[in-house]
Amino acid sequence: MTNHAGGVEGLPREKVEQFDRELSRILDRYPPDRKASAMIPALRLGQTLFGYVSPAVQALAAERLGTSPARAEEVATFYVMLETHPFGKHLVEVCTSVSCSLSGGDRLWGYLQQKLALAGAGSTPDGRFTLREAECLGSCGTAPAMLVDEEMYEQLTPQKVDQILGGLK
Amino acid sequence: MSETLILSARWGKPGSAKLENYRADGGYQALDKALGMEPVAVVEEVKKSNLRGRGGAGFATGLKWTFLPKDIRPRYLTVNADESEPGTFKDRYIMEHDPHMLLEGIAITCLALDIHLAYIYIRGEFAKQARALEAAIAEARAAGIIGPRLLGKKDFALDVHVHRGAGAYICGEESALLESLEGKKGYPRLKPPFPAVVGLWGKPTIINNVETIANVPWIVQHGGEAFAALGVGKSGGTRLFGVSGHVNRPGVYEKPVAYNLKKLIMEDAGGVLGGRKLKAVIPGGSSAPVLAAHEIDISMEFDAVKAAGSMSGSGGVIVFDESACMVRALARLARFYAEESCGQCTPCREGTNWMEGMLHRIEAGHAGAADVARLEQVANSIAGNTICALGDAAAMPVQSFLKKFKPEFLAHCELRRCPCGDTAWGLTQEPRDAVAGPMRYAR
Repeated sequence: MTNHAGGVEGLPREKVEQFDRELSRILDRYPPDRKASAMIPALRLGQTLFGYVSPAVQALAAERLGTSPARAEEVATFYVMLETHPFGKHLVEVCTSVSCSLSGGDRLWGYLQQKLALAGAGSTPDGRFTLREAECLGSCGTAPAMLVDEEMYEQLTPQKVDQILGGLK
Repeated sequence: MSETLILSARWGKPGSAKLENYRADGGYQALDKALGMEPVAVVEEVKKSNLRGRGGAGFATGLKWTFLPKDIRPRYLTVNADESEPGTFKDRYIMEHDPHMLLEGIAITCLALDIHLAYIYIRGEFAKQARALEAAIAEARAAGIIGPRLLGKKDFALDVHVHRGAGAYICGEESALLESLEGKKGYPRLKPPFPAVVGLWGKPTIINNVETIANVPWIVQHGGEAFAALGVGKSGGTRLFGVSGHVNRPGVYEKPVAYNLKKLIMEDAGGVLGGRKLKAVIPGGSSAPVLAAHEIDISMEFDAVKAAGSMSGSGGVIVFDESACMVRALARLARFYAEESCGQCTPCREGTNWMEGMLHRIEAGHAGAADVARLEQVANSIAGNTICALGDAAAMPVQSFLKKFKPEFLAHCELRRCPCGDTAWGLTQEPRDAVAGPMRYAR
């Protein structure tokens, strides 16, 4: 196999091997002639292993799935859970959609900005946290809610938020 | 009449997601029964049941199934678990607490429709639910329920896989879902052809919501007529209604399809917070036109809510008490649609951003009455002019809020500020004890 121009050379070899091993299990879910269907899971895997979906990760996924880097980029830039730039060690996403805000989501968003000393969405200078608002997380009954590193926390109060963030490594 | 619970009966029982417990509760007996039936007889029961799609459109499920062309193979089943419409939070509990019920529904549907490969497309944010589904699929495969033979009895190969999305509301639109499942960005397709004719990888594909498919085992077990008898007219069964916002007991309530909306809010969900007056209700997910307080004494059945000028949609009921600012609420909804517009059609891509900007200015007191008129004009220009329903979904809240609460918008313009200020989201903004079927979540 040849690497795409500007492609995978910069990625650590060990991790590329791990990517290939885990991707082969993902590919079991799709017909052999429909490998490109695995683009989202492949890019998510790349994000987990390499930190974010860089152009090199996009090129790696595209090559392994037998499709173009443009296809990988199209997907990487369309979906909010795929990060095309480096982000904090912990990703905190607060739902401020209608049902959450009717139960304090908007105030929680304010509280988190204050706690992390951020004015709006962004990352802390130490690179420990990236904070942003999320669209409806489907926790409207148990509002307000947030995702921390893709795990859901619900019925939040400032005290609970302190506990959750305090318990992170 | 004692209440029949089809979907939520097992939630919260210890180990409810485990195969052995599902079987101990009678699970997979409907699949066993279906194995002894002609496939057309299974489809016939679903038609008789008057099951209508629970994702939002309320389309007759049995009828949808008959749209598959007779002689094209392979066919695919895709279960829509992309639950993302603000105010909608029901499918997650099925997947987390009774994943085998969904899996049994998938197996019966595939058997009836001669489908051998099914995908569950689940929104990326539902990590716990995706894990529960994957564990259930692994158990069912290890037990020989799915795989090369169904229930270890019939030579009928069936593979079921979970496909996780990555954060895009539009992928709940069925043709965008297919694009996403093919490894592309979620751009809705022009219809016709409908997915039942040209779907996943160009092949006939049935797409049904999680709750829809989860009803199928009960229908096969108890018969389509028994299911139809739980409803009225052309709508059978029970539904999972999600109630959120300014109520004392938010949560998911399983009720007959034609349950009264006022009763759901005032009795089941414990009434309005703080003894305040009700102001407004969005009855079926954020896209459904808003109802004023005096309009809610209606049946939640699809056609009844339509007759009242709104939509039963996804069954997601959002409640606003008198202390809430409707402009603030609409501004936030408009931001959702601007954020989630895929960008394919100009009226939606541009219009949703315009609406968001105008509403932000109105809410902040930086707009005049002419802007309110222009806002309505933009909404009217989006509606009906886009490939998929997201454009209409973005326009309907704006049109209905303006129709029913225009004085609030004009008051913002006159006062040059939001009359509610810091309490625009209501006088009480705290988490509350919640309910999901038989489960209780203390705050």
